[in-house]
Amino acid sequence: MYVYSRRRRRKIERSERGRKMGIRFILMVNKQGQTRLAQYYEWLTLEERRALEGEIVRKCLARNDQQCSFVEHRNYKIVYRRYASLFFMVGVDDDENELAILEFIHLLVETMDKHFGNVCELDIMFHLEKAHFMLEEMVMNGCIVETSKANILSPIQLMDKAH
Amino acid sequence: MEQLKTIGRELAMGSQGGFGQSKEFLDLVKSIGESRSKAEEDRIVLSEIDILKRKLLEPDVPKRKMKEYIIRLVYIEMLGHDASFGYIHAVKMTHDDNLLLKRTGYLAVTLFLDEDHDLIILIVNTIQKDLRSDNYLVVCAALNAVCRLINEETIPAVLPQVVDLLNHGKEAVRKKAIMALHRFHRKSPSSVSHLVSNFRRKLCDSDPGVMGATLCPLFDLISEDVASYKDLVSSFVGILKQVTERKLPKSYDYHQMPAPFIQIKLLKIMALLSSGDKSASEMMYMVLGDLFRKCDSSTNIGNAILYECIRCISCIIPSPKLLEDAAEAISKFLKSDSHNLKYMGIDGLGRLIKISPDIAEQHQLAVIDCLEDPDDTLKRKTFELLYKMTKSSNVEVIVDRMIDYMISINDNHYKTEIASRCVELAEQFAPSNQWFIQIMNKVFEHAGDLVNIKVAHNLMRLIAEGFGEDDDDADNKLRLSAVESYLQIISEPKLPSLFLQVISWVLGEYGTADGKYSASYISGKLCDVADAYSSDETVKGYAVSALMKIYAFEIASGRKVDVLPECQSLIEELLASHSTDLQQRAYELQALLALDARAVESILPLDASCEDIEVDKDLSFLNGYIQQAIESGAQPYVSERERSGGMFETTDYHSQDHHEVTSHALRFEAYELPKPSVPSQPSAALVPVPEPSYYSEPHQPISTSSSVSERESSEIKLRLDGVKQKWGRPSYQSSTSASSSTPPQAANGTSTHSDGGGVVSSSSSKPRSSYESKKPEIDPEKQRLAASLFGGSSSSSRSDRKSSSGGHKPAKGTANKPLATVPKESPIPVPDLLDFDEPTGTSDVAATDPFKELEGLMESSRQDGGGSTDVMGLYSTDASAPVKTTTSVDSLLSELSDSSRGTYHQSQTTKGPNSKEALEKDALVRQMGVNPTSQNPTLFKDLLG
Repeated sequence: MYVYSRRRRRKIERSERGRKMGIRFILMVNKQGQTRLAQYYEWLTLEERRALEGEIVRKCLARNDQQCSFVEHRNYKIVYRRYASLFFMVGVDDDENELAILEFIHLLVETMDKHFGNVCELDIMFHLEKAHFMLEEMVMNGCIVETSKANILSPIQLMDKAH
Repeated sequence: MEQLKTIGRELAMGSQGGFGQSKEFLDLVKSIGESRSKAEEDRIVLSEIDILKRKLLEPDVPKRKMKEYIIRLVYIEMLGHDASFGYIHAVKMTHDDNLLLKRTGYLAVTLFLDEDHDLIILIVNTIQKDLRSDNYLVVCAALNAVCRLINEETIPAVLPQVVDLLNHGKEAVRKKAIMALHRFHRKSPSSVSHLVSNFRRKLCDSDPGVMGATLCPLFDLISEDVASYKDLVSSFVGILKQVTERKLPKSYDYHQMPAPFIQIKLLKIMALLSSGDKSASEMMYMVLGDLFRKCDSSTNIGNAILYECIRCISCIIPSPKLLEDAAEAISKFLKSDSHNLKYMGIDGLGRLIKISPDIAEQHQLAVIDCLEDPDDTLKRKTFELLYKMTKSSNVEVIVDRMIDYMISINDNHYKTEIASRCVELAEQFAPSNQWFIQIMNKVFEHAGDLVNIKVAHNLMRLIAEGFGEDDDDADNKLRLSAVESYLQIISEPKLPSLFLQVISWVLGEYGTADGKYSASYISGKLCDVADAYSSDETVKGYAVSALMKIYAFEIASGRKVDVLPECQSLIEELLASHSTDLQQRAYELQALLALDARAVESILPLDASCEDIEVDKDLSFLNGYIQQAIESGAQPYVSERERSGGMFETTDYHSQDHHEVTSHALRFEAYELPKPSVPSQPSAALVPVPEPSYYSEPHQPISTSSSVSERESSEIKLRLDGVKQKWGRPSYQSSTSASSSTPPQAANGTSTHSDGGGVVSSSSSKPRSSYESKKPEIDPEKQRLAASLFGGSSSSSRSDRKSSSGGHKPAKGTANKPLATVPKESPIPVPDLLDFDEPTGTSDVAATDPFKELEGLMESSRQDGGGSTDVMGLYSTDASAPVKTTTSVDSLLSELSDSSRGTYHQSQTTKGPNSKEALEKDALVRQMGVNPTSQNPTLFKDLLG
């Protein structure tokens, strides 16, 4: 009983602190609405993730290319960008610079392209862990920490070399 | 065709030649990729769960194999299913010596586990070991895990090691160690409060990556406590200056922009630090001015920095010159055809309007265009702007618009927000009482269930109290207009409960007050309400009380009361209600009907809802009665306190009862006692630390390091000077171009703009002709709206046709013609890159799906032949398939050139041939080291080779 209440309290605190998270999640979803990569920077249960992804994907897929690349959803914003069949969606706090996030997505795609060479949806599916490793280098604690492609890719290349 | 298949195989094998991936895995990925519906996907995943449950139990699974299983578990969770049966294997994999396996294990664990998960205990030990590893990549992997898995209680277990790593030889490790501290600070500020100076020190790290990462924790720290970091303003300004002067390594450049993400973070920090601080602001004037001059507004990233500058300027105390620059940047955004930039422009306007309120005026038409844009995001942003610029002169137009919009949307979250904004604006700026009540009615009618109950109470109080002036006549008019409006609304179906409560209350209090409506009419309406919303007890309660008041006022004024038959039956029904509250009210009403006028008047006096009710706690009016009783032999009352002394003797039932309770009930106090010791212990119990002496340790290093940090904090300023030289030649002192050189363009722009407005308003007497001539003339409707919103000089026709301004939608395609035509044309030149118009989930999609390419080569090996033949059939019948497939196998980046540059030029180039654009694109793409593959089959060879 005591442990439970403490956990709950911590959860509440966390959600309060979550407000200044910056990036809350990064999703890659294809245009059929199937998740191809999901990284959350705050803890959500499986059900919460499922519901959230459903809502967001529905919202973003309904939009056309002339409309803004930003969608407000609940108390945060989603910045999304489409590359061929794949949507990259980044959930951010309200006071994040949307244009910068849009370019961050592009940087991510450029980085993946540099590594995979003409990256496509399949590359991400077959090398899910590598896509995650890149994200791990670029984003920590919901903040953008590394934007140099060489720095992002060097640990992955070293690991490749070792095998 | 053959070529495509080969590409498919190449992709399937991965660019590293299919290392470590079994056919099983490829099949899984392929079938997931091919599934057409969620149900199908779920089926695949469920069978995969069965397979993995079995496989994971097999003895001696090879490590490579295990890694693949773990990735498959990640897939299962990613697609929304529970993979907790395999968590333990991911945990085990973190112990592996092989770096790739270890890192995969850590990755899976961070994806699977909440920081409070029980399995984390098993990892803390591994993390500790890995933090001490000689291989810096292992240390990095462990630090990644630290940032995800370490919670408040486990921080002490890794803190000393993380602090040591701040001085690691590898910059990647230092960077991650900083972020780990950042995480600790977020989780439990007190655990690292003595280490905060490390962040300051790492700002001077020789590696720009470490410096860039350090900005994240510093941003948090500064937003919590601005005052203690004022001394860093000059350092941040210095760093920003160096970044803009390209002193950072080239690898940080993004689209020719030097380290833009670091620039943006710095601007955010500087905005915090210089907010409302004149001298700090002044230090930034120079560098901000430079940014406005240097930033390339033709690229997204340049605009991102410009936007951040605008934000920064809206926070600091800016110079007039900077304000001008910001206004100019905003107007560029607003004039752009890109919706994204318009959005940023509207946002910037909303920020700047606080410091220069008249800035919005010159953009009034652009704002109205955005307001009427079909794009919901843009519309909302514009409403936010309108909300910020509302004043008493434009409140009516704005709130009307907001309410129209509120009615049109379904999203409850935003509906609630906009409803509360309407209420706030109406309360603040209402021009008249009638208007206020009308607005409130609308809000309640359409968003009643979403409004805070306080709003309803405020409204009732307002109607009861009037607007404060001692003008009974006006108050009565207000009440009458409220009653009239409610009687109109009341018969509408499905009103929100809260609104009905307000209506019932007001009708009860004031329904008959004016004499205009008879008691039987009002009570009939109230009975209807109670009848129509029979499941809502609160509404019923309000209705019955209102009825009671109506009858009370009738009785008190000496009129004869005829209780309506439907009212009678309502009372009878409620007398037997399950709700005691409703029963009580019904009995009271029944009793009241039998009383005489004098008694009723003192129970429910007319219009007395605002009178204070004085409660006589001593019940002094009973004194006479008591006296009489005592005189006739009754026992005097003994107060509780006096009684407590003789509690055991007393036979009083209640006190006995009370006594029993105290002696036998659970005694909660007893459990409180051990509490103080609890917080410190569980952390020790939870963490399996081999050395028992460990927990006494932290104090020592902590105290030393804090003393070190104190000593060093005084040196920080000195050391920062050294930093300036770190990324550039020693004599970097810039000869920045004189700031006076920029022409005062903004003023010019303003005057031309208002000129335009003037012309239009003069021609508004014959709007028809200008409309038909199809010149980019401004719609008079829009013009009028602009005038009413902005109160600008450009219109005088507001009062004439005010009522129509809200309802009509101004004709599109006149003022914003480029916008309306471009969207349809622009995608056509580049259909091979962007399959815009494709419907999702149809056979078309099947044709473009990358997995189709796999079909051919996988066919022989596939277990279920049915699906594949089906798809192959589709494939062969669709004539356009080969062309389309190239697009999806092609790099995702094929869209890149278009999105990064094309969009902002689109409007200008749509009419002409797109060859120039294509060349431009090609050049740009090459510049970025990406091989364009569409339309150029030879470039496919690169992929194969």
